[in-house]
Amino acid sequence: MMTADEAVSRLRSGMTLGIGGWGSRRKPMALVRALLRSDVTDLTLVSCGGPDVGMLAAAGRVRRLVTAFVTLDSVPLEPNYRAARESGSLELTEVDEAMFLWGLRAAAHRLPFLPVRAGIGSDVLRPGSGLRTVTSPYEDGEVFVAMPALRLDAALVHLNRADRRGNGQYLGPDPYFDDLFCEAAAEAYVSCERVVDTAELTKAAAVQTLLVKRHTVTGVIEAPSGAHFTSCDPDYARDDAFQKHYATTPWPRFAERFLGGDERAYRAAVRSWREADR
Amino acid sequence: MSRSPSRAPGAPAAPPSRAEYCVIACAEAWRGAGEILASPMGTVPSVGARLARLTFAPDLLLTDGEALLIGADGTVEGWLPYRQHLALVAGGRRHVMMGASQLDRFGNQNISRIGGGSPPRRQLLGVRGAPVNTLNNPTSYWVPRHSRRVFVEKVDMVCGVGYDNAARHPATARFHDLRRVVSDLGVFDFGTPDGSMRLVSVHPGVTVREVREATGFPLAVPEEVPCTREPTEEELLLIREVIDPAGLRGREVPEGAGR
Repeated sequence: MMTADEAVSRLRSGMTLGIGGWGSRRKPMALVRALLRSDVTDLTLVSCGGPDVGMLAAAGRVRRLVTAFVTLDSVPLEPNYRAARESGSLELTEVDEAMFLWGLRAAAHRLPFLPVRAGIGSDVLRPGSGLRTVTSPYEDGEVFVAMPALRLDAALVHLNRADRRGNGQYLGPDPYFDDLFCEAAAEAYVSCERVVDTAELTKAAAVQTLLVKRHTVTGVIEAPSGAHFTSCDPDYARDDAFQKHYATTPWPRFAERFLGGDERAYRAAVRSWREADR
Repeated sequence: MSRSPSRAPGAPAAPPSRAEYCVIACAEAWRGAGEILASPMGTVPSVGARLARLTFAPDLLLTDGEALLIGADGTVEGWLPYRQHLALVAGGRRHVMMGASQLDRFGNQNISRIGGGSPPRRQLLGVRGAPVNTLNNPTSYWVPRHSRRVFVEKVDMVCGVGYDNAARHPATARFHDLRRVVSDLGVFDFGTPDGSMRLVSVHPGVTVREVREATGFPLAVPEEVPCTREPTEEELLLIREVIDPAGLRGREVPEGAGR
C-alpha cells in the first residue's frame, strides 16, 4: 500500500511508462495527476491514449508517444494531444491496435517480438518507424511485421478493487490491456476505487474478474474517483460535462484551477465547478 | 431535425430520406454475410447493420459498441472485449465498415493525420485498427459527407490498405478485401481491372455529375448507373420505429443540406 505521490516518487525522468485503460475509459487519472505534481519529465508513454496523454503532453512531460490512437471517446479528438503534435513538441511512434497488443504480449512473454499480420502495405511501416518484418520459416513464406516487445519501466493502471497485496479486480465490461501492462513492466502501480480484504474480492463477483496478479504489482494505491473524469464502470460513468470543460478550457487555466493541489483539492475544485456550472 | 416517426393509421409513409437510402446501402454490405461480426462505425452504418440482422442477414453478430455481443433487441449473447475482438479480426470472421478522413482512388484510407510532413498540419485520431482490419477481414467505408476533401487523389497517410498497396504484398495481403464505399451521394466498389474505385449506384436525387464533381480523382463510371434500391415498406418501418425512432440517422445525413 502506498499513496499516489509515493508511487510517483519511484518514477524517474526518461522512463518508458505504460498507462492502462482505453481512450477515456478507466484511466489511472489520480496517478497521472500525481505525476503532474512531480517533476518527472522526458517520458516515453505507451498508452491507448486518452486524457492521460493529453494532460502529460500539455504539461511538457512527454518526449515520445507509442500508440494506435488518442481520443476522449465522446470528444473524438484530444485537444491537448493535437496541440502538442501540431507544434512538433511530441514525437509519435504510431502502431496499429493489434501491433500494440502483440507488443505488450511479447514483453510479457520475454520475447523480442511477435509476428503480426498488420502494418504491411500501410504507412506505419514507413522509413524511420524502426519496425522490421519477419518471413515465416515454413513453406508459406509469408511476411509479417515483427512487432517489437513494448517493454515498460513502469506501468500505471486503475481498477475497481484490489487487496493490499496487489490482487486487482475489474468489474466493468472490458479488462482493456491492464493485466498485460503490468506483466510487461518492471514495476506496476495499481490504483483502485477501494482496497478490500482478499476474501471480499470473490464474495460478490466471479473469480474471472481478478485480472491483475499480485506478483506483477509493486504498489497498491487506494484512489476513490481515481479514474475521474474517465469512466470506471460500474462504479461511475464518464463525467462528460467535466470532460467537455477540460476539452474546451485552455490548458494553463485548467491546470491552475484543478491540478494545483492534491486529490482532495481536485475533488473540491470539481465540486465547486459543478455547483457554479448549474 | 428529422421527421416524426409516427403517422396517422392509413396515411401513406413519408418517402425515404437520403439518410434512409444510406442505411439501405450500408445494410446491403452485410447481405449474405452469414455468422460473422458486423462492426459498423458511425450512426448510419449501425442502423444498417441492425436492419440487416433483422431482415436478410439473421445470423450476423452485433456488438453494443463496447464489450458485449447483443441480439437485435439488445439481449446480451456474448462477451467480446478488445483483445478478443482483435483475435476475431485476425480470424477473418468480421466485416467492418470504417470511417475515413481521406480515401483515395485505390481505397487507401487515412484517419491519422492531415499533412504528410513533420509535424502534421492536423493531428487526427491515429491509425486505430485500420492496418490490421484491411489485411484480415472484409472492409467497407462510410463517408457521411462526400467531398474532394475526403475523396482525394492520394491520402496523406495510409492507415487502411488500398488495392495498389495490397498488390505489392500479395502473400501478406491474401485476405485483403475492400467491399464497398457508401457515401451520402452513392455506392462505390473496386471492381475494376486495376482495383480503382467505381461508381455502383447513386442515391435517388443525385446525378453522376454531382458525384464526379465531389470526387478528387477520376472515378470509373459504367454507362448505365442505377439508383440505390428503394427500401421496402417493412424496412422503412423497422428503421423509423424500431431501430432509430429518435432519428439519429438524420443528424449524420441531414435532409436537403446545401452542398
